[in-house]
Amino acid sequence: MTERKVHIRQSVDWVLVGLYLLLVFIGWISIYAATHSTEPGSLLDWNSRAGKQFVWILTALGLAIVILYVLPPKLWEATCIPFYVFVLGLLVLVIFVSSDVKGSHSWFDLGPIRFQPAEISKISTSLLLAYFMSRQNYRLMRTKDFLLTVLIIAVPMLVIVAESETGSALVYTGFIFVLYREGLSGWWLGAIGLTILLFVGTLTWGPYWAILVLAGVLILSNIVMGPPSHLRRRLIVGGGFVLVMSLLPLLYNHLCSLVNAHMDWLSQRVWVPAAQEDYHYFWSLIPKLKPLYILLGLSLAGVPWLGWRAYQTKDRFLAFTLLVFLAGVLLVFSTDYIFENVLQPHQRGRIEVLLGLREDPAGVGYNVTQSKIAIGSGGLLGKGFLQGTQTTFGFVPEQATDFIFCTIGEQWGFVGCLIVIGLYVLLIVRLLHDAEACRDKFTRIYGYCVAACIFMHLFINVGMTVGIMPVIGIPLPLLSYGGSSLWAFTILIFVFLALYRDEKKYF
Amino acid sequence: MTLNGRHIRLVIGLGVAAVLLLGKLFSLQILDSSYKEDANRNSTIYETIYPTRGVIYDRNGVVLVGNKVAYDILVNPREVTAFDTLALAAVLDVTPDFIRRKMEEYKKRRAAIGFQSVTMLRMVPAETYMRFDEVKYRFPGFRGQVRGMRYYPVNAGGNLLGYVSEVDANYIKRHPEEYRSGDYAGMTGIEAAREEDLRGEKGYHIYLRNARNQIEQPYKDGAEDKEAIPGKNITTTIDAALQQYGQELMQNKVGSVVAIEPSTGEILALVSSPGIDVEQLSDIGKHYADIARNPYKPMYNRAVQASYPPGSVFKLVNGLIGLQEGVLRPEMMYPCSQGYHFGAGHKLGCHGHKSPINMEESIMMSCNAYYCYVLKNILDNRKYDNVAEGLDAWHEYVESFGFGRKLGSDFPAELSGSIPTSKTYNRSYGRGRWNSTTVISLSIGQGEILATPMHLANLCATIANRGHYFIPHIVKASEGVEIDQRFYEPQYTLVDTVHFPKLIKGMWRAVNSGAGMGGTAWIAHIDSLDVCGKTGTAQNPRGADNSVFICFAPMDNPQIAIAAYVENGGFGASYAAPIASLMVERYLKGTVKRTALEERMKKADLMDRVKHD
Repeated sequence: MTERKVHIRQSVDWVLVGLYLLLVFIGWISIYAATHSTEPGSLLDWNSRAGKQFVWILTALGLAIVILYVLPPKLWEATCIPFYVFVLGLLVLVIFVSSDVKGSHSWFDLGPIRFQPAEISKISTSLLLAYFMSRQNYRLMRTKDFLLTVLIIAVPMLVIVAESETGSALVYTGFIFVLYREGLSGWWLGAIGLTILLFVGTLTWGPYWAILVLAGVLILSNIVMGPPSHLRRRLIVGGGFVLVMSLLPLLYNHLCSLVNAHMDWLSQRVWVPAAQEDYHYFWSLIPKLKPLYILLGLSLAGVPWLGWRAYQTKDRFLAFTLLVFLAGVLLVFSTDYIFENVLQPHQRGRIEVLLGLREDPAGVGYNVTQSKIAIGSGGLLGKGFLQGTQTTFGFVPEQATDFIFCTIGEQWGFVGCLIVIGLYVLLIVRLLHDAEACRDKFTRIYGYCVAACIFMHLFINVGMTVGIMPVIGIPLPLLSYGGSSLWAFTILIFVFLALYRDEKKYF
Repeated sequence: MTLNGRHIRLVIGLGVAAVLLLGKLFSLQILDSSYKEDANRNSTIYETIYPTRGVIYDRNGVVLVGNKVAYDILVNPREVTAFDTLALAAVLDVTPDFIRRKMEEYKKRRAAIGFQSVTMLRMVPAETYMRFDEVKYRFPGFRGQVRGMRYYPVNAGGNLLGYVSEVDANYIKRHPEEYRSGDYAGMTGIEAAREEDLRGEKGYHIYLRNARNQIEQPYKDGAEDKEAIPGKNITTTIDAALQQYGQELMQNKVGSVVAIEPSTGEILALVSSPGIDVEQLSDIGKHYADIARNPYKPMYNRAVQASYPPGSVFKLVNGLIGLQEGVLRPEMMYPCSQGYHFGAGHKLGCHGHKSPINMEESIMMSCNAYYCYVLKNILDNRKYDNVAEGLDAWHEYVESFGFGRKLGSDFPAELSGSIPTSKTYNRSYGRGRWNSTTVISLSIGQGEILATPMHLANLCATIANRGHYFIPHIVKASEGVEIDQRFYEPQYTLVDTVHFPKLIKGMWRAVNSGAGMGGTAWIAHIDSLDVCGKTGTAQNPRGADNSVFICFAPMDNPQIAIAAYVENGGFGASYAAPIASLMVERYLKGTVKRTALEERMKKADLMDRVKHD
């Protein structure tokens, strides 16, 4: 192999660097917009959050330069095992020495600086994963390799769960995309995705919607991937079922209020007591006919019938779907049962808080409601820079950190959201593109890890602010206030840039 | 395995996720307009305007409870500069520590408070505020806000009027959506009974605030503002002069006096002693601990809440039942040899008086033995299969006089007392294991009978009306204030009107026979007023007997019916009768001629006799 001299200016992916700088800048002014009324001062005032963030940005840029131009790129691969072990040690240590920050034990308090080892752990895990999976004769589907891979991901994840930082732990599930890229069967992806969906869904939306979503997903996959016979009939029956069932709770609520009104009316009349009792009993039956029972009743009738059809037509995909459905229903109810009956009230409360079902004393969902009001009031073009009424005065809690996206939504409107999410998508796509272009397996896998981390943060965080994900406090990469997170993402991205440039240098 | 395809699939998945987020954003920001309205609501500020509370008048238009100006001290923590804590504390009459603590608290809550003002001190009297107003310029960020405060020109007794205080969390929970923290509400007495009329309606001014949370201008130029509606004034049935006179007579005694106008059921006076001093009433929070600690329990409104044995006063009820049942005729004579003898050597004692006597004389002289015969005849009436049935018939009569149940007055916290039934005795003795002699003390208003002073006053009004009463009440209908229809409807007892005059004659003779003639209540006599009364001396397990007296006057067309109950006062004639009689004189004559008696009653101090826990 001959060494081709490439000019450094060309070998660093300046597009990625540009996207990075743009997002960091948007974050900085958003933090200023979110806090300028409660912490008056200029953008550069050291006492305001915007001023502090500016210092974080400067140090992060210094860090980036060191990674790009000072440290040898080979360092990362060479030190990834001790690095991983060291960070793991920190993760465990922090449980015992940290102070309690909103119920979680994940912060090191070093005088003026606080940092979260969970942030660094994303880097060390990504590096070790890339190292391990890029070894020669590594086979993902070989049991030993597979288990070790899972272990590398699961160990820090579980320790972080023990720190009561469920949000950060959830990010690790994103590594499954990396495994998928490296050859994990798509079924795994589907199964794990569905399990998480059902678990979280049961607790956030209740069993009814969880089962309905499960049924919807399975019906859809049957139509798309099943044998192509009777397609129109399947579409009508399946789609109709999901549609009717989605409207059922609405109908039920309406019916209940009608029945209640009727009962009130009845109670004001004089009746023969016995007849009245019978009549009341009849009416009191209707509210007991809950949508969940109807759904289960229909499933109970439908599953054996579909099973018989699957047997007759030798439709193995349908049979498989039915099994998945039964397993899913079982999962939903065991989750629900364990949650409602087995867990102690305080444990339940903890999970509810972790999932954002019970966030604060002001009432369930206060944060999300305020966040939705802020974003929703932005409209198409937003209220303009510093003109937001919701995000500037503390209606939205954590508005500079976890809920920074509200500020963008309120002040820049839908267009602003589109641009910011677009920038993230570009960043991730660019990362994947660069990773694919790498010949070195280590760099490619690492690149995918970085992309997965950013994607998970983006989806969970923005999903939380618009109310489709539970409230679990994780920052929006590069935008949220806080040095720990900014540094971590800077290192993640710039280590990749360094590895990528190194690759270009030699190939 | 072509893994490159997976790169594309992942990019597509990323696109789907982004579309999901943007779709939700699209629906939030563009499709759904409700969030914009919510945001508007978030950015307006409501300033509460507190209404003045209604004034409480007596029956003649004298102000019992009025309003005077007081101030809340508000702080806007963001405007506060360094200031002299000691000086401010001295001016506001609080400890420097209090102010330091408050400022510390605002610092902690500064994010929540923002640019708003918070209330630091509530209900500062006008005099204090004047002092503060002079030096206000030295304390930027502090200002006063006018709030009404109660004041009491007449000492009508704290238990009758009741107090107003800031609602607590519990109260707010019990009245959802009516009160918010910082509101005031009547907690006892008339203030509580007519809270809904007195409180008025809060108003508000709406202001817009900008992104810096500074108030910019009235929202829609005040078009959506709501002015406060002042509370309604209440006219009570109380006679302020009589009430105050009653308070004076009852001072240093434990017990109560209830006076009722028989023809309407209007309560003229309702005294509970010892009571809460009206001086303390306007600032109850400050004195609450002292009041609660007082062993004589001033908070306890004895007039409607204390259940006492009525004593001999109850003979009237038994006499009336006997007459109605036909087992007693007024001319019946019964002997009394220092009491009523029954069983083997048992005796219910009586005092020395002539024997035998008829019914009129039995009332006049308050003979115990006579009523033992009467009760025995009622219970052992052949009409009834057994004594249990007889007792239940008796119970029904007694209940028709309002005893053993709540009378249904508009005064809060009224208690029902209790009247025994056959079940009561079946429970303690066993079915069929008791007879009329077992329960003989009921004849003289002892034993299992408990009644409140209000019940006794109501009994007196019933007799004055010759057989019916109006439910006692404290609020008169006046402009804009209605009272329940039930207060206008006569409540008939099960005893016919014809039976009352004979008994009333006995009551007249008890008072008007002159000293030395055997009448128990001669001390209650008032010249040219035909006072009819009945004394009672009720046993008190804790020390001396309770002194009880009911009377009404004049005999024809009665204007006032009154019951006095003095704990540990001894004979009915010792305290209860003079006090009740003086109040009747005060009410009907306007002045009191018997000044020596008046003086003696006012000065009498029975507090040493009262045993408390």
